[in-house]
Amino acid sequence: MTTMEEQIRSFIKSNLVVFAGDAVFTDDDNIFELGYVNSLFAMQMLSYIENEFALTVDNDDLVISNFATVTNIATLIRKIQGSQSA
Amino acid sequence: MRTAQEILQAAQAFAEEELRPQAGAFEAEEEIPREVIRRLAQQGFLAASFPVQYGGLALDPVEYGLFTEEIGKACNSMRELITVHTSLVGESLLRWGTPAQKEHWLPKMARGELLAAFALTEPDVGSDARGVRTTYVKTEEGFLLQGRKKWISFADIADLFLVIASDAQTGEVTAFLVERSQTGVSTTKMSGLLASKASHLAEIDLHDVVVPHENVLGRIGGGFSYIVNSALDHGRYSIAWAGVAIAQESLNAMATYARTRRQGGKLICEYDAVQALLADAHVQLQAARALCLSVGRLRKDKHHEAMIQTSIAKVFTSKMAMKVATDAVQVFGGNGFSNQYPVERLFREAKVLEIIEGTSQVLQPVIAQQVLRTCHHRGAEA
Repeated sequence: MTTMEEQIRSFIKSNLVVFAGDAVFTDDDNIFELGYVNSLFAMQMLSYIENEFALTVDNDDLVISNFATVTNIATLIRKIQGSQSA
Repeated sequence: MRTAQEILQAAQAFAEEELRPQAGAFEAEEEIPREVIRRLAQQGFLAASFPVQYGGLALDPVEYGLFTEEIGKACNSMRELITVHTSLVGESLLRWGTPAQKEHWLPKMARGELLAAFALTEPDVGSDARGVRTTYVKTEEGFLLQGRKKWISFADIADLFLVIASDAQTGEVTAFLVERSQTGVSTTKMSGLLASKASHLAEIDLHDVVVPHENVLGRIGGGFSYIVNSALDHGRYSIAWAGVAIAQESLNAMATYARTRRQGGKLICEYDAVQALLADAHVQLQAARALCLSVGRLRKDKHHEAMIQTSIAKVFTSKMAMKVATDAVQVFGGNGFSNQYPVERLFREAKVLEIIEGTSQVLQPVIAQQVLRTCHHRGAEA
Protein backbone atom coordinates (compact mmCIF):
# COMPACT_ATOMS: atom_id res chain seq x y z
CA MET A 1 0.00 0.00 0.00
CA THR A 2 1.32 3.42 -0.96
CA THR A 3 1.94 5.74 1.97
CA MET A 4 1.07 9.43 1.91
CA GLU A 5 4.78 10.25 1.89
CA GLU A 6 5.32 8.02 -1.16
CA GLN A 7 2.44 9.70 -2.98
CA ILE A 8 3.86 13.14 -2.28
CA ARG A 9 7.37 12.08 -3.22
CA SER A 10 6.10 10.65 -6.48
CA PHE A 11 4.29 13.89 -7.31
CA ILE A 12 7.37 15.97 -6.57
CA LYS A 13 9.55 13.66 -8.67
CA SER A 14 7.17 14.04 -11.60
CA ASN A 15 7.58 17.82 -11.38
CA LEU A 16 11.33 18.18 -10.94
CA VAL A 17 13.10 20.72 -13.12
CA VAL A 18 16.57 19.19 -12.84
CA PHE A 19 17.27 16.70 -15.57
CA ALA A 20 20.76 15.32 -15.02
CA GLY A 21 19.46 12.26 -13.21
CA ASP A 22 21.14 13.15 -9.93
CA ALA A 23 18.22 14.96 -8.30
CA VAL A 24 18.04 12.99 -5.09
CA PHE A 25 16.24 14.29 -2.03
CA THR A 26 15.21 12.95 1.33
CA ASP A 27 11.84 13.45 2.97
CA ASP A 28 13.34 16.35 4.92
CA ASP A 29 15.17 18.15 2.11
CA ASN A 30 13.83 21.57 1.14
CA ILE A 31 12.94 21.15 -2.54
CA PHE A 32 12.62 24.90 -3.10
CA GLU A 33 16.06 25.69 -1.67
CA LEU A 34 17.56 22.86 -3.71
CA GLY A 35 16.14 24.46 -6.86
CA TYR A 36 14.38 21.24 -7.77
CA VAL A 37 11.03 22.84 -8.70
CA ASN A 38 9.96 25.98 -10.56
CA SER A 39 7.94 29.01 -9.48
CA LEU A 40 4.62 27.44 -10.45
CA PHE A 41 5.17 24.42 -8.27
CA ALA A 42 3.75 25.88 -5.06
CA MET A 43 0.36 26.35 -6.75
CA GLN A 44 0.59 22.97 -8.49
CA MET A 45 1.30 21.25 -5.20
CA LEU A 46 -1.58 23.09 -3.54
CA SER A 47 -3.97 21.99 -6.31
CA TYR A 48 -2.65 18.45 -6.11
CA ILE A 49 -3.11 17.95 -2.39
CA GLU A 50 -6.50 19.70 -2.30
CA ASN A 51 -7.73 17.44 -5.10
CA GLU A 52 -5.95 14.23 -4.18
CA PHE A 53 -6.78 14.37 -0.48
CA ALA A 54 -10.13 16.16 -0.81
CA LEU A 55 -9.32 18.98 1.57
CA THR A 56 -9.01 22.75 1.63
CA VAL A 57 -5.86 24.49 2.79
CA ASP A 58 -6.57 27.68 4.74
CA ASN A 59 -4.69 30.86 3.92
CA ASP A 60 -3.04 30.64 7.33
CA ASP A 61 -1.37 27.38 6.31
CA LEU A 62 -0.03 28.76 3.04
CA VAL A 63 3.46 29.17 4.39
CA ILE A 64 6.03 28.00 1.88
CA SER A 65 7.79 25.95 4.57
CA ASN A 66 4.66 23.78 4.86
CA PHE A 67 5.25 22.71 1.25
CA ALA A 68 9.03 22.62 1.22
CA THR A 69 9.64 19.00 2.30
CA VAL A 70 7.82 15.70 1.95
CA THR A 71 7.58 15.44 5.73
CA ASN A 72 6.13 18.92 6.13
CA ILE A 73 3.54 18.38 3.40
CA ALA A 74 2.41 15.10 4.94
CA THR A 75 2.24 16.72 8.38
CA LEU A 76 0.08 19.54 6.99
CA ILE A 77 -2.28 17.12 5.25
CA ARG A 78 -2.70 15.04 8.41
CA LYS A 79 -3.32 18.17 10.47
CA ILE A 80 -6.04 19.38 8.09
CA GLN A 81 -7.59 15.94 7.80
CA GLY A 82 -7.70 15.78 11.61
CA SER A 83 -9.32 19.19 11.97
CA GLN A 84 -11.83 18.67 9.14
CA SER A 85 -12.96 15.28 10.47
CA ALA A 86 -13.22 16.56 14.06
CA MET B 1 -31.97 31.60 -12.96
CA ARG B 2 -30.69 31.64 -16.54
CA THR B 3 -28.94 28.61 -17.98
CA ALA B 4 -25.38 28.93 -19.26
CA GLN B 5 -26.71 28.68 -22.80
CA GLU B 6 -29.09 31.58 -22.18
CA ILE B 7 -26.28 33.65 -20.68
CA LEU B 8 -24.05 32.99 -23.68
CA GLN B 9 -26.88 33.97 -26.03
CA ALA B 10 -27.40 37.17 -24.05
CA ALA B 11 -23.67 37.91 -24.22
CA GLN B 12 -23.73 37.36 -27.96
CA ALA B 13 -26.71 39.72 -28.33
CA PHE B 14 -25.09 42.36 -26.13
CA ALA B 15 -21.86 42.12 -28.09
CA GLU B 16 -23.74 42.41 -31.37
CA GLU B 17 -25.85 45.38 -30.35
CA GLU B 18 -23.67 47.35 -27.94
CA LEU B 19 -20.05 46.47 -28.65
CA ARG B 20 -19.22 45.45 -32.20
CA PRO B 21 -20.71 48.57 -33.87
CA GLN B 22 -18.77 50.83 -31.50
CA ALA B 23 -15.49 48.98 -30.99
CA GLY B 24 -13.67 51.14 -33.54
CA ALA B 25 -15.09 54.33 -32.04
CA PHE B 26 -14.04 53.27 -28.52
CA GLU B 27 -10.52 52.79 -29.85
CA ALA B 28 -10.50 56.12 -31.67
CA GLU B 29 -11.83 57.98 -28.63
CA GLU B 30 -9.53 55.99 -26.32
CA GLU B 31 -12.24 55.10 -23.86
CA ILE B 32 -15.20 52.87 -23.23
CA PRO B 33 -18.04 55.08 -21.95
CA ARG B 34 -19.10 54.29 -18.37
CA GLU B 35 -22.67 53.96 -19.57
CA VAL B 36 -21.73 50.99 -21.75
CA ILE B 37 -19.89 49.39 -18.83
CA ARG B 38 -22.95 50.05 -16.65
CA ARG B 39 -25.19 48.24 -19.13
CA LEU B 40 -22.70 45.35 -19.29
CA ALA B 41 -22.78 45.12 -15.49
CA GLN B 42 -26.59 45.16 -15.46
CA GLN B 43 -26.47 41.86 -17.34
CA GLY B 44 -24.15 40.38 -14.72
CA PHE B 45 -21.29 40.22 -17.23
CA LEU B 46 -18.74 41.74 -14.85
CA ALA B 47 -19.20 38.71 -12.62
CA ALA B 48 -19.78 35.90 -15.07
CA SER B 49 -17.63 33.42 -13.14
CA PHE B 50 -18.63 34.55 -9.63
CA PRO B 51 -20.97 32.39 -7.55
CA VAL B 52 -24.59 33.50 -7.40
CA GLN B 53 -24.24 34.45 -3.73
CA TYR B 54 -21.96 37.33 -4.76
CA GLY B 55 -24.17 38.44 -7.64
CA GLY B 56 -22.42 36.34 -10.26
CA LEU B 57 -23.66 34.17 -13.10
CA ALA B 58 -21.83 31.05 -11.88
CA LEU B 59 -20.38 30.07 -15.25
CA ASP B 60 -17.92 27.21 -15.01
CA PRO B 61 -14.46 27.64 -16.60
CA VAL B 62 -15.50 26.20 -19.96
CA GLU B 63 -18.61 28.40 -20.11
CA TYR B 64 -16.63 31.41 -18.93
CA GLY B 65 -14.15 30.84 -21.74
CA LEU B 66 -16.94 30.77 -24.31
CA PHE B 67 -18.38 33.92 -22.74
CA THR B 68 -14.97 35.62 -22.99
CA GLU B 69 -14.83 34.70 -26.66
CA GLU B 70 -18.24 36.29 -27.34
CA ILE B 71 -17.24 39.59 -25.75
CA GLY B 72 -13.70 39.47 -27.17
CA LYS B 73 -14.86 38.96 -30.75
CA ALA B 74 -16.82 42.19 -30.61
CA CYS B 75 -14.57 44.42 -28.51
CA ASN B 76 -11.12 43.52 -27.26
CA SER B 77 -11.01 46.38 -24.76
CA MET B 78 -14.25 45.31 -23.10
CA ARG B 79 -12.87 41.78 -22.96
CA GLU B 80 -9.78 43.27 -21.34
CA LEU B 81 -11.95 44.86 -18.65
CA ILE B 82 -13.45 41.45 -17.93
CA THR B 83 -9.97 39.91 -17.84
CA VAL B 84 -8.66 42.30 -15.19
CA HIS B 85 -11.85 42.92 -13.22
CA THR B 86 -13.30 39.40 -13.16
CA SER B 87 -10.40 37.04 -13.85
CA LEU B 88 -7.41 38.71 -12.22
CA VAL B 89 -8.97 40.55 -9.28
CA GLY B 90 -12.33 38.82 -8.85
CA GLU B 91 -11.01 35.28 -9.05
CA SER B 92 -8.16 36.22 -6.69
CA LEU B 93 -10.65 37.53 -4.14
CA LEU B 94 -12.74 34.39 -4.52
CA ARG B 95 -9.74 32.14 -3.97
CA TRP B 96 -7.78 34.03 -1.34
CA GLY B 97 -10.17 36.53 0.24
CA THR B 98 -11.53 36.27 3.76
CA PRO B 99 -15.31 35.87 4.08
CA ALA B 100 -15.50 39.55 5.08
CA GLN B 101 -13.47 40.66 2.05
CA LYS B 102 -15.63 38.62 -0.30
CA GLU B 103 -18.86 39.97 1.19
CA HIS B 104 -17.55 43.51 1.02
CA TRP B 105 -16.03 43.63 -2.46
CA LEU B 106 -17.50 40.99 -4.73
CA PRO B 107 -21.17 42.11 -4.83
CA LYS B 108 -20.06 45.68 -5.61
CA MET B 109 -17.77 44.38 -8.34
CA ALA B 110 -20.59 42.25 -9.72
CA ARG B 111 -22.95 45.24 -9.89
CA GLY B 112 -20.27 47.40 -11.48
CA GLU B 113 -20.42 49.83 -8.57
CA LEU B 114 -16.68 49.57 -8.53
CA LEU B 115 -14.21 48.51 -11.17
CA ALA B 116 -11.05 46.64 -10.23
CA ALA B 117 -7.56 46.59 -11.74
CA PHE B 118 -4.54 44.36 -11.16
CA ALA B 119 -1.44 46.38 -10.31
CA LEU B 120 1.65 44.21 -10.74
CA THR B 121 3.87 45.68 -13.47
CA GLU B 122 6.13 48.69 -12.99
CA PRO B 123 8.35 50.89 -15.16
CA ASP B 124 11.21 48.37 -14.77
CA VAL B 125 9.37 45.18 -13.82
CA GLY B 126 7.19 42.91 -15.95
CA SER B 127 5.29 39.84 -14.80
CA ASP B 128 8.00 38.63 -12.36
CA ALA B 129 6.53 39.69 -9.04
CA ARG B 130 9.74 38.86 -7.17
CA GLY B 131 11.29 41.98 -8.65
CA VAL B 132 8.64 44.56 -7.77
CA ARG B 133 10.03 47.79 -6.36
CA THR B 134 6.82 49.04 -4.83
CA THR B 135 7.45 48.55 -1.14
CA TYR B 136 5.48 48.22 2.07
CA VAL B 137 6.35 48.75 5.69
CA LYS B 138 4.16 47.49 8.50
CA THR B 139 3.00 50.21 10.88
CA GLU B 140 0.45 50.40 13.69
CA GLU B 141 -2.11 52.02 11.40
CA GLY B 142 -1.59 49.52 8.60
CA PHE B 143 0.89 49.04 5.77
CA LEU B 144 2.67 52.03 4.28
CA LEU B 145 2.99 51.64 0.50
CA GLN B 146 5.37 53.51 -1.79
CA GLY B 147 5.92 52.97 -5.48
CA ARG B 148 4.80 53.31 -9.04
CA LYS B 149 2.87 50.88 -11.20
CA LYS B 150 2.74 51.02 -14.99
CA TRP B 151 0.78 49.42 -17.85
CA ILE B 152 -2.21 48.81 -15.60
CA SER B 153 -5.31 48.16 -17.69
CA PHE B 154 -8.34 50.21 -16.58
CA ALA B 155 -6.36 51.87 -13.81
CA ASP B 156 -7.50 55.23 -15.13
CA ILE B 157 -11.09 54.54 -14.12
CA ALA B 158 -10.79 51.68 -11.60
CA ASP B 159 -11.93 52.18 -8.02
CA LEU B 160 -10.02 49.26 -6.53
CA PHE B 161 -6.48 48.09 -7.18
CA LEU B 162 -4.96 44.75 -6.28
CA VAL B 163 -1.44 46.00 -5.64
CA ILE B 164 1.57 43.69 -5.47
CA ALA B 165 4.36 45.05 -3.27
CA SER B 166 7.44 43.75 -1.51
CA ASP B 167 8.54 44.14 2.10
CA ALA B 168 11.09 46.95 2.26
CA GLN B 169 13.26 44.85 4.58
CA THR B 170 12.79 41.20 3.64
CA GLY B 171 11.62 41.42 0.03
CA GLU B 172 8.64 39.18 0.79
CA VAL B 173 5.84 39.83 -1.68
CA THR B 174 2.32 40.62 -0.46
CA ALA B 175 -0.96 41.58 -2.16
CA PHE B 176 -3.00 44.57 -0.97
CA LEU B 177 -6.49 45.81 -1.82
CA VAL B 178 -6.03 49.54 -2.34
CA GLU B 179 -8.90 51.94 -2.99
CA ARG B 180 -8.54 54.88 -5.31
CA SER B 181 -10.09 57.08 -2.64
CA GLN B 182 -7.19 56.46 -0.24
CA THR B 183 -4.87 59.39 0.39
CA GLY B 184 -1.71 59.19 -1.72
CA VAL B 185 -3.20 57.26 -4.65
CA SER B 186 -3.17 58.94 -8.05
CA THR B 187 -3.26 57.75 -11.65
CA THR B 188 -2.00 59.11 -14.95
CA LYS B 189 -3.58 57.87 -18.15
CA MET B 190 -1.17 56.43 -20.73
CA SER B 191 -1.42 57.32 -24.39
CA GLY B 192 0.44 56.66 -27.63
CA LEU B 193 -0.18 52.91 -27.38
CA LEU B 194 -0.13 50.42 -30.24
CA ALA B 195 -3.46 48.91 -29.16
CA SER B 196 -5.76 48.63 -26.15
CA LYS B 197 -6.33 52.34 -26.55
CA ALA B 198 -9.81 52.05 -25.04
CA SER B 199 -8.54 50.01 -22.09
CA HIS B 200 -7.85 53.04 -19.91
CA LEU B 201 -4.23 52.04 -19.23
CA ALA B 202 -2.62 54.17 -16.57
CA GLU B 203 0.29 54.51 -14.25
CA ILE B 204 -0.51 54.41 -10.54
CA ASP B 205 1.45 56.49 -8.10
CA LEU B 206 1.40 55.26 -4.51
CA HIS B 207 2.80 57.91 -2.22
CA ASP B 208 2.69 57.19 1.53
CA VAL B 209 -0.51 55.19 1.12
CA VAL B 210 -1.67 53.63 4.39
CA VAL B 211 -3.50 50.38 3.69
CA PRO B 212 -5.54 48.92 6.57
CA HIS B 213 -4.51 45.51 7.89
CA GLU B 214 -7.83 44.04 6.78
CA ASN B 215 -6.98 44.91 3.16
CA VAL B 216 -4.18 42.38 2.89
CA LEU B 217 -5.22 39.63 0.46
CA GLY B 218 -4.00 36.22 1.54
CA ARG B 219 -1.07 35.83 3.86
CA ILE B 220 1.68 38.37 4.41
CA GLY B 221 4.52 37.13 2.20
CA GLY B 222 2.22 34.84 0.21
CA GLY B 223 1.92 37.24 -2.68
CA PHE B 224 4.27 35.64 -5.14
CA SER B 225 3.84 31.90 -4.77
CA TYR B 226 0.09 32.00 -4.47
CA ILE B 227 -1.70 35.27 -5.26
CA VAL B 228 0.30 36.45 -8.29
CA ASN B 229 0.79 33.00 -9.77
CA SER B 230 -2.90 32.16 -9.52
CA ALA B 231 -4.04 35.62 -10.67
CA LEU B 232 -1.81 35.47 -13.75
CA ASP B 233 -3.05 31.95 -14.37
CA HIS B 234 -6.64 33.24 -14.47
CA GLY B 235 -5.49 36.10 -16.68
CA ARG B 236 -3.73 33.74 -19.08
CA TYR B 237 -6.84 31.62 -19.41
CA SER B 238 -8.78 34.71 -20.36
CA ILE B 239 -6.08 35.78 -22.83
CA ALA B 240 -6.05 32.33 -24.40
CA TRP B 241 -9.74 32.77 -25.21
CA ALA B 242 -9.06 36.34 -26.34
CA GLY B 243 -6.78 34.85 -28.98
CA VAL B 244 -9.57 32.60 -30.17
CA ALA B 245 -11.88 35.61 -30.22
CA ILE B 246 -9.61 37.84 -32.30
CA ALA B 247 -8.78 35.03 -34.70
CA GLN B 248 -12.46 34.17 -35.19
CA GLU B 249 -13.35 37.81 -35.78
CA SER B 250 -10.46 38.13 -38.22
CA LEU B 251 -11.50 34.98 -40.06
CA ASN B 252 -15.11 36.15 -40.26
CA ALA B 253 -13.93 39.50 -41.64
CA MET B 254 -11.63 38.01 -44.27
CA ALA B 255 -14.17 35.42 -45.43
CA THR B 256 -16.84 38.11 -45.73
CA TYR B 257 -14.50 40.39 -47.64
CA ALA B 258 -13.24 37.62 -49.89
CA ARG B 259 -16.82 36.76 -50.89
CA THR B 260 -17.53 40.32 -52.07
CA ARG B 261 -14.25 41.78 -53.30
CA ARG B 262 -13.58 41.36 -57.03
CA GLN B 263 -10.16 41.43 -58.66
CA GLY B 264 -9.20 40.29 -62.17
CA GLY B 265 -12.79 39.61 -63.05
CA LYS B 266 -13.63 37.26 -60.21
CA LEU B 267 -14.18 37.21 -56.48
CA ILE B 268 -10.91 36.99 -54.58
CA CYS B 269 -12.25 33.96 -52.66
CA GLU B 270 -12.01 32.07 -55.94
CA TYR B 271 -8.23 32.40 -55.98
CA ASP B 272 -6.29 29.42 -54.61
CA ALA B 273 -3.91 31.68 -52.70
CA VAL B 274 -6.76 33.32 -50.76
CA GLN B 275 -8.42 29.97 -50.09
CA ALA B 276 -5.14 28.71 -48.67
CA LEU B 277 -5.11 31.61 -46.19
CA LEU B 278 -8.74 30.99 -45.24
CA ALA B 279 -8.24 27.27 -44.80
CA ASP B 280 -5.07 27.62 -42.80
CA ALA B 281 -6.68 30.18 -40.49
CA HIS B 282 -9.67 27.89 -39.97
CA VAL B 283 -7.44 24.91 -39.14
CA GLN B 284 -5.36 26.92 -36.68
CA LEU B 285 -8.44 28.39 -35.07
CA GLN B 286 -10.14 25.02 -34.61
CA ALA B 287 -7.00 23.67 -32.96
CA ALA B 288 -6.80 26.68 -30.65
CA ARG B 289 -10.44 26.41 -29.62
CA ALA B 290 -10.06 22.68 -28.93
CA LEU B 291 -7.02 23.43 -26.78
CA CYS B 292 -8.89 26.11 -24.82
CA LEU B 293 -11.87 23.80 -24.27
CA SER B 294 -9.54 21.08 -23.05
CA VAL B 295 -7.86 23.50 -20.64
CA GLY B 296 -11.27 24.70 -19.48
CA ARG B 297 -12.22 21.16 -18.53
CA LEU B 298 -8.95 20.74 -16.60
CA ARG B 299 -9.69 23.97 -14.75
CA LYS B 300 -13.21 22.82 -14.02
CA ASP B 301 -11.74 19.67 -12.46
CA LYS B 302 -9.13 21.76 -10.58
CA HIS B 303 -6.48 19.50 -12.08
CA HIS B 304 -2.90 20.25 -11.04
CA GLU B 305 -1.85 20.31 -14.72
CA ALA B 306 -4.33 23.09 -15.47
CA MET B 307 -1.81 25.89 -14.88
CA ILE B 308 0.84 24.62 -17.27
CA GLN B 309 -1.77 23.72 -19.85
CA THR B 310 -3.20 27.23 -19.52
CA SER B 311 0.22 28.70 -20.27
CA ILE B 312 0.52 26.43 -23.31
CA ALA B 313 -2.89 27.57 -24.53
CA LYS B 314 -2.00 31.22 -24.00
CA VAL B 315 1.22 30.92 -25.97
CA PHE B 316 -0.44 28.99 -28.79
CA THR B 317 -3.60 31.06 -29.21
CA SER B 318 -1.84 34.42 -29.00
CA LYS B 319 0.62 33.36 -31.72
CA MET B 320 -2.22 31.88 -33.76
CA ALA B 321 -4.27 35.08 -33.42
CA MET B 322 -1.33 37.17 -34.62
CA LYS B 323 -0.93 34.91 -37.66
CA VAL B 324 -4.64 34.90 -38.54
CA ALA B 325 -4.98 38.66 -38.04
CA THR B 326 -1.90 39.20 -40.21
CA ASP B 327 -3.40 37.03 -42.94
CA ALA B 328 -6.67 38.92 -42.63
CA VAL B 329 -4.86 42.18 -43.35
CA GLN B 330 -3.23 40.43 -46.32
CA VAL B 331 -6.60 39.37 -47.73
CA PHE B 332 -7.89 42.93 -47.38
CA GLY B 333 -4.84 44.21 -49.26
CA GLY B 334 -4.60 48.00 -49.22
CA ASN B 335 -7.88 48.24 -47.35
CA GLY B 336 -6.39 46.16 -44.55
CA PHE B 337 -4.03 49.02 -44.00
CA SER B 338 -6.85 51.39 -43.15
CA ASN B 339 -8.70 51.89 -39.90
CA GLN B 340 -11.87 52.07 -41.98
CA TYR B 341 -11.80 48.27 -41.81
CA PRO B 342 -11.73 46.29 -38.53
CA VAL B 343 -8.83 44.00 -39.44
CA GLU B 344 -6.40 46.88 -38.93
CA ARG B 345 -7.49 47.06 -35.28
CA LEU B 346 -7.59 43.27 -34.88
CA PHE B 347 -4.02 43.06 -36.18
CA ARG B 348 -2.82 45.51 -33.52
CA GLU B 349 -4.87 43.90 -30.76
CA ALA B 350 -3.54 40.44 -31.56
CA LYS B 351 0.02 41.58 -30.96
CA VAL B 352 -0.76 42.60 -27.39
CA LEU B 353 -1.83 39.06 -26.51
CA GLU B 354 1.71 37.80 -27.05
CA ILE B 355 2.95 40.27 -24.45
CA ILE B 356 0.48 40.61 -21.58
CA GLU B 357 0.22 38.26 -18.57
CA GLY B 358 3.75 37.04 -19.28
CA THR B 359 5.27 37.21 -22.75
CA SER B 360 5.53 34.04 -24.79
CA GLN B 361 9.27 34.11 -24.09
CA VAL B 362 8.69 34.23 -20.32
CA LEU B 363 6.35 31.23 -20.51
CA GLN B 364 8.44 29.11 -22.85
CA PRO B 365 11.07 28.00 -20.28
CA VAL B 366 8.34 26.66 -18.00
CA ILE B 367 6.78 24.82 -20.92
CA ALA B 368 10.21 23.50 -21.94
CA GLN B 369 10.68 22.13 -18.41
CA GLN B 370 7.48 20.17 -18.82
CA VAL B 371 8.72 18.84 -22.17
CA LEU B 372 11.97 17.67 -20.57
CA ARG B 373 10.02 16.00 -17.76
CA THR B 374 7.42 14.25 -19.84
CA CYS B 375 8.59 13.74 -23.41
CA HIS B 376 11.94 11.95 -23.10
CA HIS B 377 12.61 8.25 -23.65
CA ARG B 378 12.87 6.61 -20.22
CA GLY B 379 16.21 5.05 -19.36
CA ALA B 380 18.10 6.97 -22.07
CA GLU B 381 19.64 9.54 -19.70
CA ALA B 382 23.39 10.15 -20.04
